[in-house]
Amino acid sequence: MTASRLAEGGAIDRTKPISFSFDGMSLSGFAGDTLASALLANDVMVVGRSFKLHRPRGLFGAGYDDPGSMVERLGPRPATNQLATTTTLDNHGVYRSVGTWPNARRDLGAVAQLFSRFLPAGFYYKTFMWPTWHLFEPFIRGAAGLGRVPGADVWEPVSESRFGACDVMVIGAGPAGLGAALVAGRSGASVILVDDGSAPGGRLSGDGGDPQGWAERSWQELGAMPNVRLLPNSTAWGYHEHHLITVLERDPRDAAGLDLRNWKIRAAEVIVAAGALERPIPFANHDRPGVMLASAVRTWLGRFGVRAGQRAVVFANNVSAYGTALALSRAGAGVTVVDARAEPEVEAISALTAANIGLIRGSHVCKAYGRGRVEAVDVIDGRGRVSRLTCDLVAVSGGWNPTFHMASQTREARSVWHEDLATFVAAHGPAGFRLAGAARAEFDPAGCAMDGARAAADALAVLGRKAPALEQPALLEPFVTRRVSPLWFVPPRKKGEKVFVDFSGDVTTDDVGLALREGFDSIELLKRYTTAGMGVDQGKSGHVNIIGIVGALTGATTQTVGTTTFRPPFVPVEFGAIAGQRNKARLYPWRHTPLTDWHIARGAVMYEAGLRWQRPGYYPLPGEDWAKAASREAKAVRETVGVYDGTPLGKFQLKGPDVPRLLDLLYISDFARLSPRRGKYGVMLSDDGLIMDDGVVFRLNEQQWLLHSSTGAADRVHQHIEQILQVHRPDWQLSLIPVTSQWANATLCGPMARRVLEALQPDFDVSREALPFMGMTEGLIGDIPVRVFRVSWTGEASFELNTPARHALALWERIMAAGQPFGITPVGSEANHILRVEAGYISTGHEVDGTSDAFDLGLGPLVSRTKPDFIGKRSMELRRLADPQRFELIGLLPVDPAKPVPEGAPLTPNGDKADQEGFVSACVMSVARGRVIALGLLRHGRARIGQTVHARVRNEIIPMTVVPPVFHDADRARVKS
Amino acid sequence: MLMLTCPWCGRRPEGEFVNLGEATRPRPVDPAALTDAEWTAYICDRQNIRGRHNERWWHVRGCNVVFVVARDTVTHQVFDTAADEAAP
Repeated sequence: MTASRLAEGGAIDRTKPISFSFDGMSLSGFAGDTLASALLANDVMVVGRSFKLHRPRGLFGAGYDDPGSMVERLGPRPATNQLATTTTLDNHGVYRSVGTWPNARRDLGAVAQLFSRFLPAGFYYKTFMWPTWHLFEPFIRGAAGLGRVPGADVWEPVSESRFGACDVMVIGAGPAGLGAALVAGRSGASVILVDDGSAPGGRLSGDGGDPQGWAERSWQELGAMPNVRLLPNSTAWGYHEHHLITVLERDPRDAAGLDLRNWKIRAAEVIVAAGALERPIPFANHDRPGVMLASAVRTWLGRFGVRAGQRAVVFANNVSAYGTALALSRAGAGVTVVDARAEPEVEAISALTAANIGLIRGSHVCKAYGRGRVEAVDVIDGRGRVSRLTCDLVAVSGGWNPTFHMASQTREARSVWHEDLATFVAAHGPAGFRLAGAARAEFDPAGCAMDGARAAADALAVLGRKAPALEQPALLEPFVTRRVSPLWFVPPRKKGEKVFVDFSGDVTTDDVGLALREGFDSIELLKRYTTAGMGVDQGKSGHVNIIGIVGALTGATTQTVGTTTFRPPFVPVEFGAIAGQRNKARLYPWRHTPLTDWHIARGAVMYEAGLRWQRPGYYPLPGEDWAKAASREAKAVRETVGVYDGTPLGKFQLKGPDVPRLLDLLYISDFARLSPRRGKYGVMLSDDGLIMDDGVVFRLNEQQWLLHSSTGAADRVHQHIEQILQVHRPDWQLSLIPVTSQWANATLCGPMARRVLEALQPDFDVSREALPFMGMTEGLIGDIPVRVFRVSWTGEASFELNTPARHALALWERIMAAGQPFGITPVGSEANHILRVEAGYISTGHEVDGTSDAFDLGLGPLVSRTKPDFIGKRSMELRRLADPQRFELIGLLPVDPAKPVPEGAPLTPNGDKADQEGFVSACVMSVARGRVIALGLLRHGRARIGQTVHARVRNEIIPMTVVPPVFHDADRARVKS
Repeated sequence: MLMLTCPWCGRRPEGEFVNLGEATRPRPVDPAALTDAEWTAYICDRQNIRGRHNERWWHVRGCNVVFVVARDTVTHQVFDTAADEAAP
């Protein structure tokens, strides 16, 4: 055993053991462990294999900066792609390494390493181009994947979405965040403090004074303030416009059974105290398990009581790692420090001497040995002399990168080079966005606390609040990095030795060099070509190294090379957490008519009819499939009488002296002289000259009109008219009120429809003379107020009975009762579709597909010849002049009368593989004709009646005869009856 | 998600609004008086400004008003809410 759990120390609970398994090994840990800390405590060093080369990989970072310890959790809560360092250890948890077979220790895929020199940067782009990438994709995905998609027992996290708002949002509960929150909280401002850890303190080490005690006391003080909300186990993962911060809270303490909560928090002022991330110094084989960030070694010791090795080499170019060296030494490990600098700080040297720790100055660790765990390292001094040190742990520190991500996400902050620390620091964020502490390169803990207080005071000043003072806490840290000699990597001594700059994608310094030689010299291009910085950690630890290496290889300064852009999310976020409760239509609800329950009780299969409206598709009787049911319903309409729920149809009430002007502007026809109690069919274009929608307008009386739109176009039409009224013609006197849901609509249709209406005993005249086609009337059926519109979309006499929504069910039930002697049949959308195709009526979404104009669909006669202008007129004329080769509406009869043609099928000349000359827009089994009929659009279609055209569909060519686009009631005698 | 200031309702989140694009000139009263080029420019040409531009928003889940906002397309800074229909 080399890595082991110490007898004491850490924030774990040794009285609560946890048993778990990893790759079939039975192991144990303690409450408070992450999977990673528990694996390390059990001396499990190999946790996975690398993505491309299948090299054994261990733990490198101790948190979200770890570049690749992805595992699969088989139970409880089965899930893939879990980062071991941020996964709380579950009792009886079963975990498995990913991308390996049979397991992480013995992986047969490791054979890929033998071919590694054939897998350079851009390998996939270069190699699998011929004949097509898709031929190779399955094999490559299988070999390279990050775990399997869990099976049927996949964990579906219970998640919710919640809004929050505060005066001051503080991200991070390290010393800077606590300092900021204390000041803001004490001022009385509303504060939200988030931290991704379960306890406050950030990287406070506990080496000098009682910093952890200060952190906990501060946390408790904040927790007692009614104006402060603490969110532990919560990661701020995105900054969005105007200070909207998205936060993922895991296992919220206030809601048992809730796994994830995604917050959207709007803050007046934002303080980012997200700390800094340590960066590595890549050297040959530094990806071997047992080589880790010095800060990770410190975290294992301090938070989890795990000593990651017995014989440690600490390799650093700055003083912060000396603290790690001393902590390891105190925990009983043998330690040697290799400092790249010739002259480390004097106090640091004496601290090592006092602790009897060896120091090798002005030298580099240049290569690691060992496979499943590091066994030794080569150290090279300034004169090129190499010596070998035996070790089982290498702790590396190449300096610190202030967390730049949230600032980068604002898209306003710029990265500024910090010469002393050799890193980028954010500057010039948006107003009200502040950085504090290590996030702005202040690394002394007490200084961080005071910097947080400063940021809070600045924020409070903007909010007009007085900032209370913060007493400087005693947070002693002897080894604060104030100067870093940049060391981006240690060049390998022999060609072929691999220096990885990104573990996730197995990107080496050679790959970076190759990409530069191939011309990918912009850092953004190089990142995408090599995938450096694009792995699971998104370059959290290594991205500045990559920039430094590019600079070193090209001779450019790091500042000139520049940073890449960080985008949300900061850490991986489950889609389910973002969706929250919106699954199963809870927050994106269906629209129902008042008759839904009746339809469902009657056995209807419900469809979406557009804009989330639910309508019956068909009402199957026992033994009927949809086609039989739709056919029966359509036949009832043709022969006797049917009724359908037309409630979702868009309805707009218009009132005012300028309504006629509006209608004349909106529609292609003349509307100005529409008289009261009469309706008119209209086609509406958008100003690009193409059809937007169609529908019937009724003039209810002298002052009021009712405009109908298609169900799915109601929102579009509303927007269109509002823009006219508020932007283009603000001086016009009229009002527009959407009343779609206020009115329910039951439409009687069929030869017996009028007799059913009579049987309902209305108090108004329903004779043909009193209520002609395109006429309307209103009155009472019993005590139910109704408006009856004579419109038809079925090719039969139809009566649209509109009633205020609260009367819908009563009216519907009376219709069913009165219609029973006539065999009244409820009709769904499928039958409606058959009926309208037979009658040759156009439908939005089929014939009206956003490319057709009025003439294309045979509506030319409706276009006004007297109006100087209507919306779309000028563009329609221009387009038709420029190109008269239009697709025109025609009817189609498949030569084989029983042959259905898929809707949308392209028509090509002779069915050849050629540009399409049209398409099939609708195809149904006609009850009126007893055969398959279709509508379509065909180039010059109206001139080609009688010709044969061909639909070219998968594996067959279907010949069809072109006919006029009406199959039933061509003279509209039935409609007008 | 932006915060927009509706002239009637005050500061509200973007989800209550629908964006109507650049605040173009109102539709010409007599399109026939325009040349083909002028008409197609009205229909198609947009400035697509990088930086401060004027755009229309519709407070459809609120008071229904259509109004103009001056916003920086890079930083999303909202400058003011103009009640008038200024050209972009």
